[in-house]
Amino acid sequence: MADAAAPVNPASAEQSLAAAPAEDRPLLQVEDVVKHFPIKRGIFFKRQIGSVQAVEGVSLEVRRGETLGLVGETGCGKSTLARCITRLHPLTSGRVIFDGVDISRLSARQLRTHRRRMQMIFQDPFGSLNPRRRVGSIIGDPLAIHGVADGGERKRRVQELMEVVGLNPEHYNRFPSEFSGGQRQRIGVARALALRPSLIVCDEPVSALDVSVQAQIINLLEDLQGEFHLTYVFIAHDLAVVEHVSDRVAVMYLGKIVEMAETAELFGSPRHPYTAALLSASMVADPEKARSSHRVVLYGEVPSPINPPSGCRFHTRCPKAQPLCSVEEPPLRIQAGDSAGHVTACHFPVAPGEQLVGAAPAISAAATAFAADSPDIGEGGRA
Amino acid sequence: MIRFVIRRVVQGIVTLWVIVSLVFILFFMTNPDPARLLAGKSATLTEVASIRASLGLDHPLWQQYLSYLGRLITGNLGESYKLHEPVTTLLGQWVQVDISLAVGAGIIWLILGLSVGILAARRPRSVWDRSATVFVLTGLSTPTFILGLLLLYVFFYLLTTHGVSIFPGAGNYTPFLTNPAQWVRDLILPWLTLALITAATYARLSRSSLLEVLGEDYIRTARAKGLSERRIIYRHALRAAITPIVTQFGIDLATVLGGAIITETVFGLPGLGENVVSAIGREDLPVIQGIVLVAAAFIVVANIVVDAIYAVLDPRVRLS
Amino acid sequence: MSLSPFEVSSAALVAEEEQSAEALDAAGAIEGRSPLRLALARLRSDRMAWVAAGMILLMVVLALIAPVLSSITGHSPYNPDLVNGTDTFGQPYGPGQAGFLLGTDNVGRDILVRIAYGARISLLVGILATLLATVGGTALGLVSGYYGGWIDALLARLMDAVLSFPYVLAAIVLAAVFGGSLPLTIGVIAFFSWAAIGRIVRGQTLSQKEKEYVEAARSIGAGSFRIMFVDILPNLIAPVIVLGTLLVPVAIVFEATLDYLGVGVGPPTPTWGNMLADDQGSAGFGAWWFWVLPSIALLITTLGFNLLGDSVRDALDPRTERLFAMRRKKAAAGGLGASAGAGTEPLSGGTEA
Ligand SMILES: Nc1ncnc2c1ncn2[C@@H]1O[C@H](COP(=O)(O)OP(=O)(O)O)[C@@H](O)[C@H]1O
Ligand code: SF4
Ligand SMILES: [Mg+2]
Repeated sequence: MADAAAPVNPASAEQSLAAAPAEDRPLLQVEDVVKHFPIKRGIFFKRQIGSVQAVEGVSLEVRRGETLGLVGETGCGKSTLARCITRLHPLTSGRVIFDGVDISRLSARQLRTHRRRMQMIFQDPFGSLNPRRRVGSIIGDPLAIHGVADGGERKRRVQELMEVVGLNPEHYNRFPSEFSGGQRQRIGVARALALRPSLIVCDEPVSALDVSVQAQIINLLEDLQGEFHLTYVFIAHDLAVVEHVSDRVAVMYLGKIVEMAETAELFGSPRHPYTAALLSASMVADPEKARSSHRVVLYGEVPSPINPPSGCRFHTRCPKAQPLCSVEEPPLRIQAGDSAGHVTACHFPVAPGEQLVGAAPAISAAATAFAADSPDIGEGGRA
Repeated sequence: MIRFVIRRVVQGIVTLWVIVSLVFILFFMTNPDPARLLAGKSATLTEVASIRASLGLDHPLWQQYLSYLGRLITGNLGESYKLHEPVTTLLGQWVQVDISLAVGAGIIWLILGLSVGILAARRPRSVWDRSATVFVLTGLSTPTFILGLLLLYVFFYLLTTHGVSIFPGAGNYTPFLTNPAQWVRDLILPWLTLALITAATYARLSRSSLLEVLGEDYIRTARAKGLSERRIIYRHALRAAITPIVTQFGIDLATVLGGAIITETVFGLPGLGENVVSAIGREDLPVIQGIVLVAAAFIVVANIVVDAIYAVLDPRVRLS
Repeated sequence: MSLSPFEVSSAALVAEEEQSAEALDAAGAIEGRSPLRLALARLRSDRMAWVAAGMILLMVVLALIAPVLSSITGHSPYNPDLVNGTDTFGQPYGPGQAGFLLGTDNVGRDILVRIAYGARISLLVGILATLLATVGGTALGLVSGYYGGWIDALLARLMDAVLSFPYVLAAIVLAAVFGGSLPLTIGVIAFFSWAAIGRIVRGQTLSQKEKEYVEAARSIGAGSFRIMFVDILPNLIAPVIVLGTLLVPVAIVFEATLDYLGVGVGPPTPTWGNMLADDQGSAGFGAWWFWVLPSIALLITTLGFNLLGDSVRDALDPRTERLFAMRRKKAAAGGLGASAGAGTEPLSGGTEA
């Protein structure tokens, strides 16, 4: 097996990283990452006729031990960003620096050692588990691939992992189809945990689950974070979930981060009109909050990432849009009066306490429609 | 659409070129000196040498290959080593047998196969369906030559020994223009042989694609609207299920046109198939090459035609 | 000549069946029931599958006892025996005459013994060629579908070419160039069969590789080879098994055809195709047993494998035919399904090979 030939001795790698200069250096730095999917067409030779600009210049940092939440409507590029971070996609440009090492240009072979420390949990608990393989093999795969444990030792460790994530270790030989959705997601968690990674990117880990089960998985992830000193990038549908699990939250729109702040600050005083709209839409879905709050309406459809709007990408739907917005792209920066960690990309940010203009009578219906349109916000059994 | 056809034609020409080259290489790698074959056993060395020179065999291989390709482009397939006639003339005679075979057999297997398939699909798991399954499995399990021998035994031998000679034995072929009635009499058993075996594929294909289409939403809607079963099958379902059958038919027809080797051998019909077997026996390279080229060309052309029909029926194909 | 490949595979099949029966009973809550095991259990309850297995087994037994038959009767499968094998006028014996159970051929050879030896060749060629084609087709189909790009373009064209090429013509040209022999026959049949499997596997791979489990495998560091053969392959095994089973009779027919045309395993080796092509001499068609009996042996074999293939497909893909049969039963019993169209409402046609 090729694993045996892995150049770096795991133990020594661990040491050298532990001895690295600063414990307070961010675990993950994403610098100006761009991901375009080319669209090709042609008779004899395929030529590129355009591209889907799925991620367009995203920069962020994730500190050790924290959870960074990532929200945005379906299709805004969250999954693509997650796959760029874990290098499942090659980047179009930009850098991903993991624990001080730039992994964005590493070859598949060089990546292997880093994969051990960076895992992913997928959205679909049905699709992400191979239906024709036994749970024991699925969870044991990372151990086998990286040559960590073999035979009886591997089985022991897999069963240990199953216990840790709340599965019956005796079900080692079962197939994924014999488990419920929540149990399957636990299998996915166990697989991600097998190599004791530092970072886990969770791509909507609970949005395909029943509401009753969502809380269990969230709690499990939180418990594991404490126990194994994990750092999470947590993508989610549900703003309530994000609010609950995240230390900081980044809001994405059409491939860009439009606002990022400590959770309490972002939810308490959103500065970007889009963030404000998302928050009010989610409140519609939450009857208790809805009564006590005003709502913002978003008009129109999400523009195509093949041909995004000029200037501020949100200007086609923004209630505060001015002529400047369609001409000049607003940089992501600290707005007047915000704390150091709160950045917003908007020429005319929402002032604290400001009520956004939204056509009053139609509000409720339209906002609900929006919430239903975008499963990122409306789903999860709340609507 | 035109660009689509052009692309397919170019692909087809490339395929033909590859096949022609393969046959050329294959034979020159392994064959004894054709000149010696041609000159006969008693020829002197100088005679052989002059034949070799006249055929261009004394040139390097790549020159022979190029001049061979050059002649191909101008439609010159050379001359048979043994029959001493231009290959194109011979092919022209032989292919008439295969056209006769293809026309008759194609009609029979299409009608038979589709009927059995439709019957089975209309009442799945009924007696009809089970009989259709038996028909299909028997057809798929039977080698062509066994069916041919069986038909000859029953309809020629047994009938003839009992004083009824309706069907001729092997080795009879009458051109259509000479005597149409005799043409049918001579070919009816070969037609049945080819058609019964091939129809099995069509029965299976039409049954499965019909069942698939019949399960789709718009057919259910048609049913719900109270359209008659007959109308649903013939107007809606069959039209949608026809595309895989068209493909199969094009390829099968082309294969028979290029020589129904087994059927021709069993029934002693002088078509491309029987002649390629005998040409191989006498190492008649130009004839073998000619027949292989024609057989391949039929299939390449059939593929292009089928693709073009597809593209007309279903515009999505053009883009892929 | 060794028959070991078939012995192994048939023995393995039986062993697996027994094992799975036990395992299934003992399965309980802990052991997962693999889809293949479930399929085997379904297969066991299929009467047609047992009939098919019986037909195949008959031929296997015949192949195994061929030397025994030869030594008991003292009749060689190869050597002409005009003294004992033909009557005083030099005519062959019919079935049952002069101690020849199935009669003799034109030169006095025992038809039964020759059929038994022929079974060895047919089964050997059928199964070896199918194994080669299945392994090759699966591997190339996986590679083609998984890598895509120019590799796929090349392999897909190759599959199209092989599938649309007149294979009998190609086979006789090859046999003419290289001389007919058993290995060449097996090779030629495998070469013209792999593409049928390759094309299906390629299509399935194309859809499987978009599944999230493949991405999950990559995220834990699995290489392409592992993803293709450890992760994707188990998801293709059902259609491959079905196609493989259905390819065996095709290979057997192909082999007999080549022999019949005189470009396969040449005489004096007794093969069913050779026996059918044998000169019938003055006896002509009147001596029907010359060719009817080997034909029946061949038909029993090919029909057996075709029936088995159909049963295996039903067992592996119960969603299609079985579900349908169930619905009909329900409808007939006046159950829930007995609405207007339920009796004739078909499910999708499923994997037709
Ligand atoms: N492999 C791909 N090829 C082409 N376009 C893609 C691919 N993956 C995603 N996209 C496009 O990129 C955009 C972002 O998708 P994605 O990252 O999945 O969004 P999200 O996860 O936020 O819903 C969408 O427009 C999607 O259609
Ligand atoms: S920059 Fe203009 S368009 Fe964009 S969010 Fe701010 S106000 Fe709206
Ligand atoms: Mg997503």
